[in-house]
Amino acid sequence: MYQILHKEKLGPDIYMYRFRAPDVARNRKPGQFVIVRIAENGERIPITITDVDTDEGSITLIVQAVGKTTLQMAQMKEGDFIPTITGPLGEPTRIEKVGRVLCVGGGIGIAPLFPVAEGMKDIGNHVTSILGARSSNLLILIERMREVSHELIVTTDDGTEGEKGLVTDVIRELVGKGKVYDLCIAMGPPIMMKFVCVLTKELNIPTIVSLNPIMVDGTGMCGCCRVTVGDEIKFACVDGPEFDGHKVDFDELMARLAIYKAEEKEALEYYYSKAGCRLDSTLEGGSR
Amino acid sequence: MNAKDRLKIPPVKMPEQDPAERIKNVDEVPIGYTSEMAMLEASRCLQCKTPFCIEGCPVGIDIPAFIKFIEVGDFKGAIRKMKEKNLLPSICGRVCPQEEQCQLFCTIGKARKNPGESVMIGKLERFIADWEREQGEPEKPPAVKPSGKRVAIIGAGPAGLTVAGDLIRFGHEVIVFEALHKAGGVLVYGIPEFRLPKKIVQNEVDYLENLGVKFQYNYVIGKTIPVREVVSEFDAVFIGTGAGLPRFMRVDGENLLGVLSANEYLTRANLMKAYDFPRADTPIVKGRKVITVGGGNVAMDCARTALRMGAERSLIVYRRAEEQMPARLEEIHHAKEEGVEFHLLQNPVRLVGDERGWISGAELIKMELGEPDSSGRRRPVPIEGSEFIEDTDALIVAIGNSPNPLVPASFPELEVTRWGGIVVNEITGQTSVQGVFAGGDIVLGAATVILAMGHGRRAARAMNLYLSSGRWVDLDRAMDLCMAEVR
Ligand SMILES: Cc1cc2nc3c(=O)[nH]c(=O)nc-3n(C[C@H](O)[C@H](O)[C@H](O)COP(=O)(O)OP(=O)(O)OC[C@H]3O[C@@H](n4cnc5c(N)ncnc54)[C@H](O)[C@@H]3O)c2cc1C
Ligand SMILES: Cc1cc2nc3c(=O)[nH]c(=O)nc-3n(C[C@H](O)[C@H](O)[C@H](O)COP(=O)(O)OP(=O)(O)OC[C@H]3O[C@@H](n4cnc5c(N)ncnc54)[C@H](O)[C@@H]3O)c2cc1C
Ligand code: SF4
Ligand code: SF4
Ligand code: FES
Repeated sequence: MYQILHKEKLGPDIYMYRFRAPDVARNRKPGQFVIVRIAENGERIPITITDVDTDEGSITLIVQAVGKTTLQMAQMKEGDFIPTITGPLGEPTRIEKVGRVLCVGGGIGIAPLFPVAEGMKDIGNHVTSILGARSSNLLILIERMREVSHELIVTTDDGTEGEKGLVTDVIRELVGKGKVYDLCIAMGPPIMMKFVCVLTKELNIPTIVSLNPIMVDGTGMCGCCRVTVGDEIKFACVDGPEFDGHKVDFDELMARLAIYKAEEKEALEYYYSKAGCRLDSTLEGGSR
Repeated sequence: MNAKDRLKIPPVKMPEQDPAERIKNVDEVPIGYTSEMAMLEASRCLQCKTPFCIEGCPVGIDIPAFIKFIEVGDFKGAIRKMKEKNLLPSICGRVCPQEEQCQLFCTIGKARKNPGESVMIGKLERFIADWEREQGEPEKPPAVKPSGKRVAIIGAGPAGLTVAGDLIRFGHEVIVFEALHKAGGVLVYGIPEFRLPKKIVQNEVDYLENLGVKFQYNYVIGKTIPVREVVSEFDAVFIGTGAGLPRFMRVDGENLLGVLSANEYLTRANLMKAYDFPRADTPIVKGRKVITVGGGNVAMDCARTALRMGAERSLIVYRRAEEQMPARLEEIHHAKEEGVEFHLLQNPVRLVGDERGWISGAELIKMELGEPDSSGRRRPVPIEGSEFIEDTDALIVAIGNSPNPLVPASFPELEVTRWGGIVVNEITGQTSVQGVFAGGDIVLGAATVILAMGHGRRAARAMNLYLSSGRWVDLDRAMDLCMAEVR
């Protein structure tokens, strides 16, 4: 059993949790995730490890409530236990000194981006971060991202914080000003990663993305998480989750994320009827 | 009763749920023998002087002896006899391919000129195990002095569980690391409830826990802790990580929505209890017309699960003929009874989708049988120009699994074969790394429960010998000697 040591609300439907999981904390590297199961009969869902504290033996997860499981998780309290945290899973990010790195995070994607940006800066890269969200209250970890970036730019779709617009607008602007980047790392909703990749391909900036397909075991056993990268089929949980963004078939990824739309809705309604709580937002989860 | 009378008794049928009823639930299909039925079936055994049946059993159970106990109604005696060789009779009795093993060699079957009418060894094995479970607490083995040695077992499938059960009896401290949140391996995530109720597996796991085996769930060795660390911190290690890597067909359209591996389909249905959705949280693809590609037990399990998930039609598409299907006869028979349609000598060449990206059909090509291949079976050859489209809204790929690459990949000292199986000494299960043993599907590729257990048994003997003597070189010779002493 894994205990919630600390829980904090970061924004509407967005929560930060610190769980006790010493072996996971000790062996985790940036870019890796865990599979979480919060109850008997619960689903196994993947969540990126945002941070670890090896002294405390804890890992930090930032989770956006979008459906049944993540909402039920949001109802849990400090001191509660969950039955499963498995990990660290996936291949770690290749943290290398490449020069100037552009870190692009969208919404909840800023959570997995943080440890990668931190690692990239620690090893001596120049880090420029561009963080975007629909609205200011959905922006997370801005201060911590500032600490691990040489330069940080915030945008919101509605202009409630930072520049009004999309992260791709900012990339275009920076490059237009003559800035040069050796690597781009983009994490966020698939649609955002897709358009970042379209742009960086045009601009000739190699780009790494972190993919979030539906998973079950997370150990390469089921093939549910398969994604097309170039002309190869990869299992995101063991071969990824990070891939060369210019080769990823994002349309397929987005279609596959919607496989269980109807069932997810059913599960959420069923939970609403029993638990008497609802999501802060009425947003659909699948498009993230 | 003389032999002639015994020969005259027809096999006692085990009562089963009616096919039309059972596809509406996930309860077990065969209901089990009563004591009277079991004793009658046991009385069919001739107690042969040379019991060929034993030759057919990979773990060499003393079959006539345990059957004799049943015949005279001494069920306790029967289970004791059984457990000398087989720790998991409730499981083997249900899933062993008996008709190719013990029962194939039975004298009764030969005399009746029909191996299907052999003594029902598997069913008796199941009966005796179920009887014991109904008695409550199973008999515990006598306590032994702790050896002070610590053993790690990686993977809680039948191979790992067998090693755990044996080594704890030798007095060693045993910790089983399991990647998933439940123990049993394929027994809990793959084989469906209607064939092997999960409470039976849980019962065996509880028993091991009772004996003192510790289970560490949610531990993916090679990730949660490096393999190297496990190897250095324990006195001996057993790797039983199975053949969990699904193979795909590599045809166009395999990533369409509604196309999934057997592992995914069965894991959702069994381990994650999708049949109970939304009370259980995990959903599953529910096709109206489901195609399963493959001809083994895995394919039968998928096709039969599909019916229970509400499919109107469930089709098996297999590229060879029925005689060549690797599935157990009983599974094929049950599938047919339940209405699974067998489309033989056909193979998918392409999958087609609709505008939403869902599968809408499979393009199949007809096959004919050519010359025998390396497996001795006649090789299926495509008939050119025979392609046609079979409509479908879900397709399950059940064409086999390969050894799980996770542990070998993160521990390069471990020698593996070209196809990814761990190389071991066949007698002892020793790998290329001192103190590390392996067995089951990770060595054999996708095989059977009883072979995995057999591996586990031998490895446990060898590990015990290694732990007590420290001897690694020539361990197989030393083991041969001590096995001879036992005999
Ligand atoms: C490698 C990886 C890392 C992730 N990291 C984070 C993170 O740090 N923070 C965060 O908030 N979210 C993260 N996610 C997404 C998170 O797993 C899903 O939001 C979660 O599974 C939703 O479950 P639900 O039952 O609440 O919602 P549901 O209503 O079941 O689903 C909402 C949407 O989430 C996706 N989803 C559903 N089930 C799964 C599943 N088993 N696996 C993956 N996606 C699923 C689908 O697109 C679905 O439409 C990550 C996903 C992956 C693959
Ligand atoms: C659907 C299906 C039906 C079958 N039907 C039959 C049948 O009727 N009769 C029969 O005899 N055989 C059948 N088999 C085959 C049989 O189940 C296997 O041969 C047997 O389970 C192999 O046992 P094992 O212990 O080697 O591995 P497995 O049962 O595969 O167990 C391996 C375990 O190791 C765990 N693991 C893997 N990697 C790690 C890691 N890195 N760290 C920790 N744990 C790890 C896995 O999660 C799993 O629990 C069937 C198989 C399937 C898939
Ligand atoms: S373990 Fe399998 S092969 Fe051996 S006697 Fe039992 S059913 Fe037959
Ligand atoms: S071969 Fe058949 S009849 Fe003979 S001992 Fe074995 S089970 Fe009994
Ligand atoms: S989640 Fe099952 S193989 Fe990746």
